[in-house]
Amino acid sequence: MSRPEIVHDVRITDTTLRDGSHAMSHQFTEAQVRDTVRALDRAGVEVIEVTHGDGLGGSSFNYGFSHTDEIELIAAARAEAQQAKIAVLLVPGIGTVDDLRRARDAGADIVRVATHCTEADVSIQHFGVARDLGMETVGFLMMAHRTSPEDLAKQARIMVDAGCQCPYVTDSAGALLMHEARERFDALVAEVGDEAWVGYHGHQNLSLGVANSVLAHEAGVRQIDGSLCALGAGSGNSPTEVLAAVFDRLGVSTGLDLLALLAAAEEVVRPYLHRWPKMDRTAIVQGWAGVYSSFLLHAEAAGDRYKVPAYEILRECGRLGLVGGQEDLIIDIAIRLAQERAEG
Amino acid sequence: MPVSSSRVVAAIVGPGNIGTDLLAKLQRSDAIDVAYMVGVVESEGLARARREGLSVSAQGVDWLLEQDPLPAIVFEATSAKAHVANAPRYEQAGIQAVDLTPAHLGPMVSPPVNLKDHLDAPNVSMITCGGQATIPMVYAVSRVTEVPYAEIVASVASRSAGPGTRANIDEFTDTTSQAVAAIGGAGRGKAIIILNPVEPPMIMRDTVFCAISPDADREAITRSVHDMIAEVQEYVPGYTLRADPQFDDPRPGWSGQARVAIFVEVKGRGDYLPPYAGNLDIMTAAAARVGELMANARQAAA
Repeated sequence: MSRPEIVHDVRITDTTLRDGSHAMSHQFTEAQVRDTVRALDRAGVEVIEVTHGDGLGGSSFNYGFSHTDEIELIAAARAEAQQAKIAVLLVPGIGTVDDLRRARDAGADIVRVATHCTEADVSIQHFGVARDLGMETVGFLMMAHRTSPEDLAKQARIMVDAGCQCPYVTDSAGALLMHEARERFDALVAEVGDEAWVGYHGHQNLSLGVANSVLAHEAGVRQIDGSLCALGAGSGNSPTEVLAAVFDRLGVSTGLDLLALLAAAEEVVRPYLHRWPKMDRTAIVQGWAGVYSSFLLHAEAAGDRYKVPAYEILRECGRLGLVGGQEDLIIDIAIRLAQERAEG
Repeated sequence: MPVSSSRVVAAIVGPGNIGTDLLAKLQRSDAIDVAYMVGVVESEGLARARREGLSVSAQGVDWLLEQDPLPAIVFEATSAKAHVANAPRYEQAGIQAVDLTPAHLGPMVSPPVNLKDHLDAPNVSMITCGGQATIPMVYAVSRVTEVPYAEIVASVASRSAGPGTRANIDEFTDTTSQAVAAIGGAGRGKAIIILNPVEPPMIMRDTVFCAISPDADREAITRSVHDMIAEVQEYVPGYTLRADPQFDDPRPGWSGQARVAIFVEVKGRGDYLPPYAGNLDIMTAAAARVGELMANARQAAA
C-alpha cells in the first residue's frame, strides 16, 4: 500500500455535504448537493465528502432521518464533479461494509472510516474491504482530545496497518487547544512516517479550527478538512473559504480558487442554511467540556422536550464521557435532569 | 415447574470468559448438571473447572463425544467456525446445542419471546448481546401495536468488547437488525453499537426506538414493557428501565408515525465477568435460561 499523490502543499477535503448534514438536520436535497458540488469542484476542491452526518447508514431515529437517501446524493455528487473525488464517511457500529459497497457502486472514490480515538481496531474489517474495492482510505480518530498523543499515534498505527492511507487527528468536540493539537500532529506524523499522510479535522467550538489547521500544516499534516460557511456540527468546521484565504496569505499552496470559494459560500450555501453555525453558549460548552459536536441539535431538541437547558445536558454528556454515536443518552440525561429539577 | 431429582447432564465447550461465567450461572440450576468443560488447549478456564469438580479435557469435542454419559445439552462458547464444525457432530449424537457464537445455525431465541417454540430444536442461536438486551422490549411493544420499524442502540464498555466482536462488528449490526425484525416483531429493524472507553467502565445501556401509530394505546404499551422487564429480570436481575417509556408525537421525517423510546440498563450479576459487562452477562444468563427450560422440558417428558 502507498500514499495517494498529493500535488499541493495541503489537500483540502470539503465536508459541507457531510458534517454540514448535522447542521441541516440531514435534510439536504439532491439539488442542493448538485449545486454545492459543482461550485466546490470549480473552485478546485479536490475531495468532497457526501454522506449522512453520522456516516453511511446514519439515517435513523437516533441521529435523524435523511430527507434524501445518501446513496442518491452520492451518485448525484459523482455525476456533477469534473475533477473532485467523492468521499464518504463510515462509522463502524452504525454503517457496514454492505453500505460501503453501495456507496462505491454509486461512485464514491474515498472512504473515511471513523472510530472513537481508542477503538481503531473495529475499523480493520472496513479498511480491508475498502482496499479490495480499490478505494482511497482515510481513518478518523474521533474525539482526539480524549487520549494522549502517544496513544493516538498507536491507534493511527493500527489503522495504517489495516490499509488506512491517512489517519486523521479528528477534533470532533472542537476541544483541542493549540499545543494539544500540535502534540497530536507531531505524534502521528512521526508514527506513520512516509507510509501514510496525516490529516486534521477541526471544529470551531473554541474558535481554533483555522489556527490549528495552520499548526497542522507546519507539523507536516497534508490533508485538512473544512466546510463552506463552517457548515458542520457544533459551531461548525473550519470554514473552507477561510482556510483558502489564510493558506494563500501564508504562501501554502492548496489549489483552491479563493474568489470562487467565497462565491460558493455566499451564493450557493448561505441561501439554504437552516442555521449558520455559531459560537453560542451551547456550542462553546461543547468545546470547553469536550462534547461530540453532533450532539448540539439533539441536546437542543431534548432541552425543548424536557424543559432543561441544552448546555446543561451537554455539560453532563462531557462529565459522563459520552462518545460519538450515543445521541440516545442525551434524552436519558434530559429526563434525569428534568426529574432532578422537579424534585428541587 | 417439575423438579426432577435427576438433573440433565450438560457440557460447556469453550472455557474462556463466557464459558466460565456461564458455568457459574448453571451451577445454581436445579435442572442442569454441568459435568464437562472442554477446550482445545490447557487453560486457566479448564483448570478452574477442574477445581470445581467437572470432568475437563483439552482434547476438544472428540473427547466429549466419548464420554459416558453423553451430555444431553451442550453450550458452545467457542467461535462461529468451531461451532460450524461441531454442530453436526452434536446433532448426530442427539445432543441439543445452545450456541453463543455468531454461527447462527439454529433458530434465534430470546427466552421470554420465542423460546417456547424451540425447546426441542437440535440447535438454537443466542443471537447477539444487543439482541438479547433489546428484542424483549421490541416484542413488548409489537405484541400491543403494530411496529413498522424498530431501532436499537447498544452502548457497551470498551473493555467488554472482545477481539471477536471487534474484528467483525458488522456481524453484530447485521444479525441484530435482522433479529429485531424477525424475533422482535418489527417490520424492519436497525441496530447500532457504540463502544465507550470511559473509566470506570460504563454499565451496558440499550435504547429501543419503535415507530408506532399516533393513536396507539400508550398505557397498554407501558404496561407491556413493565411486564416484560419483570420477565427478563427473572434471569437478569440487573435488567432495569431508566425511565418510563417515552412517547413522542410524529415529527417531520417520521413518515407520520409516532415513536416510543425505551431506555434500559443491563447490569451483570458479577459471577465471573464484571458487573458493567451486562452485554456479556445477558448472553450467558439467557443461555443458562434456555438450557434450564430445555432441561425442564426433558424432565417433564421423561
